[in-house]
Amino acid sequence: MNVKQPFERVVTQHGPTVLRVARAVVGSSDADDVWSEAFLAALRAYPELADDANVEAWLVTITHRKAIDHLRARRRRAVPVDEVPERASSAHDPAGRDDDVWAHVKDLPEKQRLVIAYRYLGGLPYAQVAELVGGTAVAARRAASDGIATLRDRLPEKTGETA
Amino acid sequence: MTTNRSDADEIDFAAVLGPAPAMAPHLLDPLHANLAEAAAREGLLDVAYRTVDSPVGSLLLAATERGLVRVAFASEGHDAVLQRLAERVSPRVLEAPARLDDVARELDEYFAGRRRSFDVALDLSLSTGFRRIVLHHLPEIQFGRTETYTQVASAVGSPRAVRAVGSACATNPLPVVVPCHRVLRSDGSLGGYLGGLDAKRALLALESAA
Repeated sequence: MNVKQPFERVVTQHGPTVLRVARAVVGSSDADDVWSEAFLAALRAYPELADDANVEAWLVTITHRKAIDHLRARRRRAVPVDEVPERASSAHDPAGRDDDVWAHVKDLPEKQRLVIAYRYLGGLPYAQVAELVGGTAVAARRAASDGIATLRDRLPEKTGETA
Repeated sequence: MTTNRSDADEIDFAAVLGPAPAMAPHLLDPLHANLAEAAAREGLLDVAYRTVDSPVGSLLLAATERGLVRVAFASEGHDAVLQRLAERVSPRVLEAPARLDDVARELDEYFAGRRRSFDVALDLSLSTGFRRIVLHHLPEIQFGRTETYTQVASAVGSPRAVRAVGSACATNPLPVVVPCHRVLRSDGSLGGYLGGLDAKRALLALESAA
């Protein structure tokens, strides 16, 4: 039998994952807003969520929607030339110790970045990732693979000593 | 390229990305606080809770928008109590101390011997029927006084319902604030208590000393 947990437990259990996904998708500066909007929307919908639902997958889906809103809004107001400072600001990110890697993730094409975030950080199966980013599960996997290959090329010093 | 050789296999993200970035627990505290505030503002904070330390151990305090709905001793298991609140009241439960500031302050004053009755809104929705009638009567027993289960039964107009008064007290969702600890057996012995007899003794001692 499944019973719904107090929402507080949802926040404690999945809050870190949602923040990781948000940071990977929209960057550190907007991630807090995405986190807050996602959890407020989740709280609103929580009583209607099926008792046996995969809560984390549900939260990643909501986070995706809020993140996309932010990316669109940013695109509307941003002058294309001004995309660079993100990398600099993430260097001061107090939480991420792998700042270098994630700064490079932010430079990947949007689809690759989203797929890596939802698959690796959010734990979604590729079929569900594909529902969020469009295309097929196979294409989603390929996008992740291409993104990882690019990162490998850009981080030559890392690949030798990952352990 | 090694990653493309076996497409059916899982991609080894960790080899390139490292482990998922660590998140220090305190990092989420301000986000959580903002969420609780926004939830209250939007009318989505169905159950707010916090814990307070007291001479009878850690107390869980929970309130709906209508008022204080639950006070729970540590012996009841705070997690279990929150789970039951999620099932019986609403799963929209968040740790959100602000709504409980007043009752926390009044409890401090009570335990310091500076307060004799509580003046906060109560939500008795966890109690129904006869039990609720009993709960309405209990605050009429003054600080430092006691009544027997038999006296309470008479006071609520059901003199033969002594046992039902006992179970009303035993299931009081608002112990300490609704003073079921002031109800004793006719022979002067303590009877039962949700928070254990030590807690009942401590509360009675506190009130007789003040």
